[in-house]
Amino acid sequence: MAEATIQVRHQSGLHARPAALFVQAANKFQSKILVRNLTAEGKFVDAKSIIMVLTLGVMKDHEVIIQTEGADAEAALDALRSLIETNFGEA
Amino acid sequence: MPKIKFKGIAASDGIAIGPAFCYIPAELTIPVCAAGSVKEEMVRLDAARQHAHAELQGMHDAIEKRAGKEEAFIFKAHQEMLSDPALEGKIREFVEIGQTAEQALVNATEELASLLAGMEDELFAARALDVKDVGRRILRILLGLPDTALSAVTKPSIIIAEDLSPSDTASLDPDLTLGFITAQGGLTSHSAILARTLGLPAIVGMGNGLLDNVSNDTFIVMDGRTGEMILKPDQETITRYKQIKMQRDSHLQILKSAAEKDAHTANGRRVEVAANVGEATSARDAVEHGAEGIGLLRTEFLYLEDAQPPSEEKQYHIYRGIFSVMSGRPVIVRTLDIGGDKPPSYLPFPDEMNPFLGWRAIRISLDEPQLFKTQLRAILRAAVGYQARIMFPMVSDLDELRRARDTVETVKRDLALASIEFASDIPVGIMVETPAAAVLVDVLAEASDFFSLGTNDLTQYTLAVDRGNVKVSGLFQPLHPAVLRLIKQTIDAGHAKGKWVGMCGELAGMTRAIPILLGFGLDEFSMSPRAIPEAKHLISKLTDEKARGIASQAMSFGTAADTENYMKGILASL
Repeated sequence: MAEATIQVRHQSGLHARPAALFVQAANKFQSKILVRNLTAEGKFVDAKSIIMVLTLGVMKDHEVIIQTEGADAEAALDALRSLIETNFGEA
Repeated sequence: MPKIKFKGIAASDGIAIGPAFCYIPAELTIPVCAAGSVKEEMVRLDAARQHAHAELQGMHDAIEKRAGKEEAFIFKAHQEMLSDPALEGKIREFVEIGQTAEQALVNATEELASLLAGMEDELFAARALDVKDVGRRILRILLGLPDTALSAVTKPSIIIAEDLSPSDTASLDPDLTLGFITAQGGLTSHSAILARTLGLPAIVGMGNGLLDNVSNDTFIVMDGRTGEMILKPDQETITRYKQIKMQRDSHLQILKSAAEKDAHTANGRRVEVAANVGEATSARDAVEHGAEGIGLLRTEFLYLEDAQPPSEEKQYHIYRGIFSVMSGRPVIVRTLDIGGDKPPSYLPFPDEMNPFLGWRAIRISLDEPQLFKTQLRAILRAAVGYQARIMFPMVSDLDELRRARDTVETVKRDLALASIEFASDIPVGIMVETPAAAVLVDVLAEASDFFSLGTNDLTQYTLAVDRGNVKVSGLFQPLHPAVLRLIKQTIDAGHAKGKWVGMCGELAGMTRAIPILLGFGLDEFSMSPRAIPEAKHLISKLTDEKARGIASQAMSFGTAADTENYMKGILASL
């Protein structure tokens, strides 16, 4: 299992475009991927579900924990981490 | 007599005259019958979802072509929801306890939508509608019904609806849609935003009685500027609105072509028209409205959104992004301009009796050199390859200006020593917004490459009037003779020293002030993006000689009221 804590800097948080991009990226991997809003002290939800990711209510500057488990766990974690760290391609 | 005039929220500008088309989505009733096996029901669902995916793709492509990628993105999100594992799992749970695909779908979408609807943040809560929209689409397909959403409109009509979902607005045919009116919704609802993007008149939030009062083919006049809807108007009303619409259409045409060109006076003098850009307005919006540059880039929003000051990297990226959108057009970055009226938590603000006369703007930057240097480093680095300028707010004497400039030099030296690339030849200027600076322009010109008049504060300080105090806000008169004289004096003194003088205060975008400022010889007018087309058009109608005449007449009045009256007459005669 791999795990990382990352701060979301995007203006919209995990809403609208960033949320959809996040879920799209998660869906490219076989591994089971869970995500949790650390700042709001929420539960872990399935990162491949846009509805559940939206229910996390991740806003700008919130921290999320991502957990991946499976054959491509490391690659999945790297991809999601870099998506958030590069601010979803918006510099 | 029945009520014929209604008022809602003016959501998108424009006038439409024509018959109503009442859009009442078909009631999707779930047939009561026994469920097939779990496998059978899931197979039916999968087929329906695939069909829905194709429909959404079609809508996405159509909207992308019509309104752009951003607007179309919602349908990508809907596609994502179709194959959502949470939705899938919920549906399966219901099917496994013996429900039909239809029942399971409705129950599952309701349950997930209510999860979202219950969220505290409105933006997230609003996504419940998307889940319902998606659920409804799958259900409709399961029931074997065609996608009728608004496709029944066959002649140019005004669409009347309870509310319009993203799917609904996507199927609007812009050639047949004169405008739309909804009972629900607000200014930021998806449909209102799309209407503005498509340039369709729209009124939202008309109230629950809307569909009781309007039926198919009811003749309607709608005014998206005021939010008014008139039912069954008489001939006189129709003629009047037709005239307004015609005038508006041709005026819009003129404004559009004026905005596309660089601004010139009627005798050909080049005048720069730029935009003020801050948190709420984007550089892209400015360019779309014809901005030839940014005359004022506010940076305070960066400092107010966090519990700590923005890092150099964060600022660098934001400035660089804006410079690149402006692709080579000049951008004036104003350094931090905050004060005790809106203090960030990380600065030690004292309790102030008069925050506007207190610790603010350049005073803070000079007292907090680390904060100031970080911002200057970010600007200097981001400006490489672009036409940027630095501007200090609220300077009131040469000493402040020199100290601020010295800091710029120190930062440049540090960057050079660290072999970090930066724009070494960046012009540095000040905002003229204190009467002290206005009076001292000839002296300040020694250390300032340019000047930009900030008329809101200049008016406030000159007239000793707090705009926010309702008791005296009526005395806040930007066309007050004292303010006009200070403006003229600033421009004259700046020009005498060979310096460029612009204006980034609200006055620069006011049609009643533009002829006077043009007459004063102002070099640049910077305003909110939406005011640009009108300003460019007005400038193109005036010769410098005529503007000078207007300015000298305006200067002769003893009260702001006289000047206002005089300018009203001038604008009416143009």
